[in-house]
Amino acid sequence: MVAIEAAGLRKSFGKVEALRGVDLAVPEGGVCALLGPNGAGKTTAIRILATLTPPDAGTARVAGHDVIAEPRRVREAIGLAGQHAAVDDDLSGWENLFIIGLMLHLGRRRARARATELLERFGLDGAGNRLVKTWSGGMRRRLDLIASLVVEPEILFLDEPTTGLDPRSRAEIWSAVRELAASGTTILLTTQYLDEADRLASQIVIIDAGRVTLQGRPGELKDRIGGRVDVVLADGAAGEPAWTAAETVLRGIAAGDLAADRDTRSLTAPVKTGAITLPELVRRLDAAGVDVEDVSVRKPTLDEVFLAGTETAA
Amino acid sequence: MITAVTDGAAAAERQLRRLRHDPTAIALTVGGPVFFIVIFGYIFGSAISVPGGGNYREFLVPGLFATTGANILPAMVAMARDSGRGVVDRFRSLPIARLAVPFGQAASTAVYGAISFVLMAACGLAVGWRIHRGAGYVLAALALIVAFQFAATWIGMYAGLVLGNEEKAGQASILVFPVMMLSNVFVPTQGMPAWLRAVADWNPVSAFAASLRELFGNPAAPANGAWPLLHPVVASAGWIAVLLVIFVPLCVARYARS
Repeated sequence: MVAIEAAGLRKSFGKVEALRGVDLAVPEGGVCALLGPNGAGKTTAIRILATLTPPDAGTARVAGHDVIAEPRRVREAIGLAGQHAAVDDDLSGWENLFIIGLMLHLGRRRARARATELLERFGLDGAGNRLVKTWSGGMRRRLDLIASLVVEPEILFLDEPTTGLDPRSRAEIWSAVRELAASGTTILLTTQYLDEADRLASQIVIIDAGRVTLQGRPGELKDRIGGRVDVVLADGAAGEPAWTAAETVLRGIAAGDLAADRDTRSLTAPVKTGAITLPELVRRLDAAGVDVEDVSVRKPTLDEVFLAGTETAA
Repeated sequence: MITAVTDGAAAAERQLRRLRHDPTAIALTVGGPVFFIVIFGYIFGSAISVPGGGNYREFLVPGLFATTGANILPAMVAMARDSGRGVVDRFRSLPIARLAVPFGQAASTAVYGAISFVLMAACGLAVGWRIHRGAGYVLAALALIVAFQFAATWIGMYAGLVLGNEEKAGQASILVFPVMMLSNVFVPTQGMPAWLRAVADWNPVSAFAASLRELFGNPAAPANGAWPLLHPVVASAGWIAVLLVIFVPLCVARYARS
């Protein structure tokens, strides 16, 4: 089933068009990463899906409910944390969770128990009675995350959950996200960190200048971008005939224009994923009499997927 | 409807718990008027004469109750901070009535207003302020203070949402002081230039202060023929109604959409 679907979402702030027709389909379960450069519209998209901002045009359904017609049903199904949902500095960590429990109608006794239980589960019970303003950045972010879990949501929105955190705190957030995904929560997170998306996401949506430019499973997207073949000719064997021979071999497998750098004696060609194996490439170069120093066949990295999906920003 | 009340109660509990962690906030709210009692009651007051020859401090103390009750700042700063830090967004993403959080906050400031009234009244009694009328009038005065505080809180919350963060709220708070000064709280208005006197006499804070003087039986400032000062209790109730009718819908709409 589809957890989140959006069609033609548009939103402008004054003259700035934050979203220019966003279509989105996030399957139930797993982690979907919304990637994009600053100002691409990631946060606006999350705010619309979390019913905080109405879109100017387009429709969105979250957990089967329309965000405009049935915002309350949507709010019953979602949790929101990150950049735009925060905890209260002037209360203790426990009180933050307790008050949210009261607001979610758990009743005083269950709200109390739930606050204590969540702090224990996420390793914050030691600091639970201290005011949040005395906590470290990583601890606050974790509290922020668990504040959205007081009633476990079907769908969790995390807006840049690890921005500005040290590596240890990031790893703690990641393990919490993985644990939640494993328990069946659908998670939509925005991030600027490609490694974060690569580690966590089962689906990736790249958004740029208010539009979705690429969408799919990470492997799928990498396949779509294709790989790269690099050949470095051996020193002293980089004469004109060798260049021509090497170029002929690469043109036979290339999916686009070759790039040559005579200074480093290197020749690069974009290829479709699976177009050629390394031994086969070596064999062909050998058969063409090309003496090589180095040969590589690379799968694309998520960085390359990202760059391909965000050309306008470059 | 019942859930909206419990949601509101949760929001009120949040505010009161915050206050418990921050006793300096209470100290400042009460400390301000005490400071004015000293500055005005003993320094400027020595040169101010109350028309009709009453004790100046008996004139001043009900005025200070009015400035505290009409103070929009605590609500404004709290809402601006919640808005700037994302707490408002968190509450808005919860399946609760949009009215509940601002209502709970307004209710908690009314409670807070009653507490600070008691503390200030104690200070007032210490410097010579007295209650000259019966318990019914005192209860009416207390009800008026709580109701005025409730209404002022909606102005404050709306302003806080519009300002959107703590820093801007801090800058805007400077504007509140002249509104309090431009009234009959500290001095009788009849010595002011006519245009300024008209503004001061029609300032809701003046009617509020005049109504408290009337209900406690303290010396009043001349009304200069201004309707709100001739009928201060009715005028104060009217102001409360007008402010609620204007600012509750504005605030709720802004809260729901911001």
